[in-house]
Amino acid sequence: MSAAARAAALGMPHILIEKTDHLSDTIYKYQKGKHVMATPSNLVLRSDIDFDAGKREFILDTWDTQIADQSVNVKLNAEVVEITGETGNFTLKLKGGEEIRAEAVVMAIGTQGNPNKLRCPGADLPLIQYQLDDPGEYYDEHITVVGSGDAGIENALGLAADAAQGNVVTILNRSADFARAKKANVALLEEAEKEGRLIVRRETEPAEVRESELVLNTRDGQEAIRCDRIIARTGSQPPRGFVEAVGIEFTSDDRAAFPKLTPSFETTKNGVHVIGALAGYPLIKHCMNQGYDVIEFLNGNTDLKPADEPILAEKFASLPGNRSVEEWLETFRSNIVILQELSPLQMRELMLDSTARAYRKGERIFERNAPGSSMFAIAEGSVSVEVNPNDSSVTVPIEQGSIFGEVGLVSGRRRGATIHAAEDTVCVEFTRGAALKLLATAPSANRAVNRISIERQLLQMFGSGLTSDDVAELVETAEVQDKHAGEVVIKEGADDKDIYIVRRGSMIVEKNLGGHEVFLSYLPAGSYFGEMAVIDGSARTATVKAAIKSEVVRFPGEAFVALLDRKPQIRERALRDMKDRREVNSFIESQKHSFGGAVDLYSKTAQFLVDNGIGEATDVLLIDETLCVGCDNCEKACADSHEGLSRLDREAGRTYAHLHVPTSCRHCEHPHCMADCPPNAIKRGPDGEVFIDDTCIGCGNCQRNCPYGVIRLDAKPPPKPSLLSWLLFGRGPGPGEAPYKWRKKKAEEAGTEQAKLAIKCDMCSGIDGGPACVRACPTGAAIRVAPEKFLTFTKLVQEDAD
Amino acid sequence: MASLPKANFAFHERRRDTDHESFLAHKGFRWLKIATALMLVVVVSYFLVDVEPRHNGGSWYGYTLGTIGLLLILWLSLLGVRKRKMTEKYFSLKGWTSAHVYLGLALIVIGTWHTGFQLGWNVHTLAWALMMLVILSGLYGIVVYSVLPRSLSNNRREMTREQMVEGLDALDRQLETAAQPLDRDLSDAVITALDQDAFKAGVIARLTGRYPRCATRKALRAFDGTGGNEAADKVRSLLSRRQAQLEQIRRHMKYKALLEVWLFVHIPATILLIAALTAHVVSVFYYW
Ligand SMILES: Cc1cc2nc3c(=O)[nH]c(=O)nc-3n(C[C@H](O)[C@H](O)[C@H](O)COP(=O)(O)OP(=O)(O)OC[C@H]3O[C@@H](n4cnc5c(N)ncnc54)[C@H](O)[C@@H]3O)c2cc1C
Ligand code: HEM
Ligand code: SF4
Ligand code: SF4
Ligand code: SF4
Repeated sequence: MSAAARAAALGMPHILIEKTDHLSDTIYKYQKGKHVMATPSNLVLRSDIDFDAGKREFILDTWDTQIADQSVNVKLNAEVVEITGETGNFTLKLKGGEEIRAEAVVMAIGTQGNPNKLRCPGADLPLIQYQLDDPGEYYDEHITVVGSGDAGIENALGLAADAAQGNVVTILNRSADFARAKKANVALLEEAEKEGRLIVRRETEPAEVRESELVLNTRDGQEAIRCDRIIARTGSQPPRGFVEAVGIEFTSDDRAAFPKLTPSFETTKNGVHVIGALAGYPLIKHCMNQGYDVIEFLNGNTDLKPADEPILAEKFASLPGNRSVEEWLETFRSNIVILQELSPLQMRELMLDSTARAYRKGERIFERNAPGSSMFAIAEGSVSVEVNPNDSSVTVPIEQGSIFGEVGLVSGRRRGATIHAAEDTVCVEFTRGAALKLLATAPSANRAVNRISIERQLLQMFGSGLTSDDVAELVETAEVQDKHAGEVVIKEGADDKDIYIVRRGSMIVEKNLGGHEVFLSYLPAGSYFGEMAVIDGSARTATVKAAIKSEVVRFPGEAFVALLDRKPQIRERALRDMKDRREVNSFIESQKHSFGGAVDLYSKTAQFLVDNGIGEATDVLLIDETLCVGCDNCEKACADSHEGLSRLDREAGRTYAHLHVPTSCRHCEHPHCMADCPPNAIKRGPDGEVFIDDTCIGCGNCQRNCPYGVIRLDAKPPPKPSLLSWLLFGRGPGPGEAPYKWRKKKAEEAGTEQAKLAIKCDMCSGIDGGPACVRACPTGAAIRVAPEKFLTFTKLVQEDAD
Repeated sequence: MASLPKANFAFHERRRDTDHESFLAHKGFRWLKIATALMLVVVVSYFLVDVEPRHNGGSWYGYTLGTIGLLLILWLSLLGVRKRKMTEKYFSLKGWTSAHVYLGLALIVIGTWHTGFQLGWNVHTLAWALMMLVILSGLYGIVVYSVLPRSLSNNRREMTREQMVEGLDALDRQLETAAQPLDRDLSDAVITALDQDAFKAGVIARLTGRYPRCATRKALRAFDGTGGNEAADKVRSLLSRRQAQLEQIRRHMKYKALLEVWLFVHIPATILLIAALTAHVVSVFYYW
C-alpha cells in the first residue's frame, strides 16, 4: 500500500492488487478497537500515507481516505496465484483467470498465508468461512466448526456461549482427543459438551459440503447433518510455497527463514521484490518505509539511504576511524566469520538490534557471573579470557573474527568467565533475539556457533589443563541429538560409554529400587552426565531421561577413553570429583528399605513438578498448601509493586500432595513466549528473569505461545489513593489489584486511553528486596525456587515429613 | 552420574526465599528463643529485684516493664500496616509474623508482671484485660493457621473459587432446561432452589457450613420416590450435583471464615487496647 502510494506520487503506472475486499488484511483482522502501536519510536516514518499509534478503526479509515485521495490504482478481490516471466515482462495470473502484465513486481503479502481449504467436494461453496469476527452476529443457525485447534475451539465456544442466540453448534475433530489445543480450552469445551451447549463429534471428518447440509465421515460410516454455516479453522498454509514457486530462494530450510534480498529488496528472481513481514520486518513502520524505499529504488534513486541510516550512524559514531555506516557494515561482515553469508540488508537489520563498541587494551568487556544473554563477536582486535576464577593470570585468547559469550545465548545463564580486550578491539554485541534470528536464518553461522560452544563446554567440563587441540577430536565426533520428553538417554545397567551434555531442556535421573523407578536428581541445561562409566569403567548406575523436549550433545566414549589415557592427571581429578556422587548413590541404596512410602511420594511429587513445567523453569513460585491461609497477600503485593496489576494467580494451577504450582511465570530456560514477538519485546534480564519491555505492541502472540498461561493482556490502571488515606478514610479500593470496574471507571474519568499490553511476572527485578509475593506471605507458604535446588532428595523428603 | 553447571546460587538464594519453613519455625525458631529468653529475664528478675512495699506498676521496675510492654504493643499493631505496604527494601512478612506471635505471647508475662498482680476494677486492669483478649484471639489465630490450610486445600480440589461458582452456574443452566418437562410441584421445588440465594445466611451458618434452610436439599427430598421417570432422574442427579457443588463452596467459605473471624476480635480489640493504654498512661501521670 505504501509502495503503491509512492508510485502514485511519482506518477509511475502501477496497480495495487489485493486478495480480500479491503486493504491491509492483517490489521483489518485485529480485534475491534485494538490500540495499534507505532514502534520503534526512534525510527522516522517515510511514506505518503500517515501512520501513528491509535485505534485500528482510525488507522484503517485514514488509509482508505488517503489511498482514495492520492488516486492509487487499487484492485480488490484479486488474488495473485501465479507470477511468470522475466524482469521487464512479468505476467501475474489472478484467481479467475485474469492476467496482468508488469515490468516489476513488489510482493508485500505478509506472513498470514492462506487458510487451509476443506479437502472435500463442495469446498468452494459460500457457506464456508475461514474467519469468525463476531460470534454474536449469528442467530438460530446450525453452525459446524471444522478444526480442533485453539482457534476452532474458541470459535465454537463463542458461538455457543449465549443460548439466547439459538445456534446449534457442532465441532468436528478428526482424532479422538484434542491434542493440539490448550488444556484450558479443552476443559471448557468438554464442560460445554456435558451441559449440552454444543455437540462435539470425534473421529469425524467432512466428506462433502452441500447447500445447507454437511455429509460426515464418521467411525461408523457416513452421515448427513443440517448445516447453514461452516467455520473452517484447519490452520493456514504459509505463503512460502507460493513465493518459492515464483522462483525466489530463501536463506535456508528453517521455518523461520526469509527470502534472500539485495539492499534494494530485490529477490533472487530479478525484478521481483519482497518487503514487509514476508521480508522479515513485522512492524508496520518498517513495512511502510520499505514500500516507499523500494519504489524509489525502482525509480532509479539509488542514493536513497534506508530510513534506519541515522540510527545506525549514531550507533557507529563512537567507533574509531571515522568510517561510514556502509564501511562498518562491510568490515563486520567480512571480518566476523559467522556474518560472512549475510546480505547487506540482513546486516542492517541485525545491527539495528545490536551494538558495536570499541574497547581499549585491557578494558573489561564482561565479568564472571555477571548477568547477560547477549553474544559478542570480535570485528577487530582480540580478547583474553580468564579461565581460572582464583587466578586472573591464567588466560586463553580469542582471535579476531570469532565469537564469545555464546553460552548466555544458549541457556540464558550468567557469564562463565571474565573477558578483557587483549589489544584495542572493536566488538559487536548481539542481543539474544537478534542472535537467535541470525542462527535460524544463516546455517553457516549456526554450525560455527555450535562448534565453538561445544568445544568451550568441553574445556569447561575438564577445567584447566586442556587446550582446544586436546579436545579437537572430541568436538569432531560430537553429535547433537534431539530427545523427546521421557526418552531414555542412558539406561541403568547398560555398559555403553558415551558422555552427554544437556544443551537445551533438562534431564531427570532415576534409579530402580525394588522394582520402582525412584527419582534421584534433576539436571538443568548445561549439566553433563555419563562420565562416571567412562572414568572408572563401570556399568551405568542410573537411568537418565529427558524431562521435556531436549537437545543433548553426545560424545562417543572411545574418544574420551583415548583422551583420558593421554592425560592421566585429568583422570585422577575426575575420580576424586566422582567420589561424592558415589556416596550419595550408595546412601540412597542403603536407605531404600527404610523410606518406602516416602520415596514413592517423593518420586511422584518430582514427576508432578516436572509435568508442570518445572523441568524447563529457572525460577518457579510454589505454594505449600499446608501453610497457605488463602489471604491473597501474595497477589496483592505483586499488584502493588507492579503498576497495580497482579502477575500471578494463586488459586489457579495444579496441586499435588499439598504442593501447589500457581499460575506464575517459570522463567523458562528457553522461553516459548519469546518465539514470535514482532518487536522482540521479551528479553532475559540481569537476574535471569524473562520480562516484557515497553516496546510491547499487545499482539497477544506471547500469551498464546506460553504453555502455562501466565501472560495476561491488560491496560495499566490509573494510580490509587495512598495507603494512609485508605486506612484512615477508606478512600480508593485498598491494597492489591483494584477491581476491573474501578479501573475502568477511573480510566474513563481520567480520559486516558491505555493500550492493553502483555504483562507477566518479572521476578521483581529492580526491587532490591526480591520477589514481593514471597516477602508478603505471612506464613511462609509462598516460596520461589530454582528447580535444581528444589528437586533434590533432601528438600522433597523434608517436605513429606511435615 | 552427572554434574551441574556452575551457576551463581548464592546471589539467587539471597533474592528468593528458598528456605521452606513456616512462620512458626522461621529461621530455626529464632523469635521463640528470643521471646523465651525475654520472659525468663522478667520472671527471674522479678524475684531478684526487691521492691518496697511490694511489686507494682509504679516502681522503677514496673515502669521499665510498662515501657517495654507499651512499645511492644505499638510495634505489634504496626503489623497491620506492614502487611499492606510493599516496599522495595528487603523485609519478610513471614519474619514479622513470627516475631509478632512470639513477642506477643511474651507480653503475657511482661504485661502481667508489670501489674505486679494487682488487678481491680479500673482503667488499668481494663487495658490488661484487653491485652489478654487480643493475645487469646491471636492464639486462636495461630491454631487455625496451622490446622486449617490443609482442609482448605483438600476441599478446593485444584479449583479456583471462580471455577466453583462457574460450575454452579453451569449446573443451574442445565437444571433450568431439564426441569421444563416436570410436574408443577417438582418444577416449583427446583425453581425455589434456583431462586434462593444459596449463600445468604447468618454468621453461624457461615462458620459451621450448615445451612438448614437450603432449598436445594429440600428440592432433592421432593424427588424421593420419583425413580423410574427419566426426566425426574436427570433432574435429581443434577440436583445432587448442585448440592455437592454448593457444599464445596460452603466448606470453602467456612474455612475462609474460620481463618478470618478472629481478626474481627483481634483488630478492634487492638484499637480499644491502644485507647485504653492511652487512658492508662495519662491517668498514671496525671495522678502522680
Ligand atoms: C494481533 C496482531 C497485532 C499486531 N500489532 C501491531 C502493532 O500494534 N504495531 C505494529 O507495528 N505491528 C503490529 N503487528 C504486526 C503487523 O501487523 C504486521 O507485521 C504487518 O501488518 C505486516 O504488513 P505487511 O504489509 O507485510 O503484510 P499484511 O499486512 O499481511 O498485508 C498483506 C496483504 O496482502 C494480501 N495478499 C496476500 N496474499 C495475496 C495474494 N496472493 N494476492 C493478492 N493479495 C494478497 C493480504 O490479503 C493482505 O492484505 C501485529 C500483528 C498481529 C497479528
Ligand atoms: C497485644 C498484643 C498484640 C497486638 C496489639 C496485636 C495486633 C495485631 C494487628 C494489628 C494485626 C494485623 C491484623 C491485620 O491487619 O490483618 C495482627 C495480626 C496477627 N496477630 Fe496479633 N497482636 C497481638 C498479639 C498477638 C499474639 C499473642 C498472637 C499469637 C499468639 C498474634 C497473632 C497474630 C497473627 C497470626 C496475625 C495475622 C498475621 C497475618 O495474617 O498477616 N498476635 N495482630
Ligand atoms: S511466560 Fe510462559 S513461556 Fe515465557 S518464560 Fe514464563 S512460563 Fe515460560
Ligand atoms: S516475583 Fe514479583 S512479579 Fe513475579 S509474581 Fe512474585 S511479586 Fe509478582
Ligand atoms: S500470601 Fe501466603 S498464605 Fe497468603 S494466600 Fe499467598 S501463599 Fe497463601
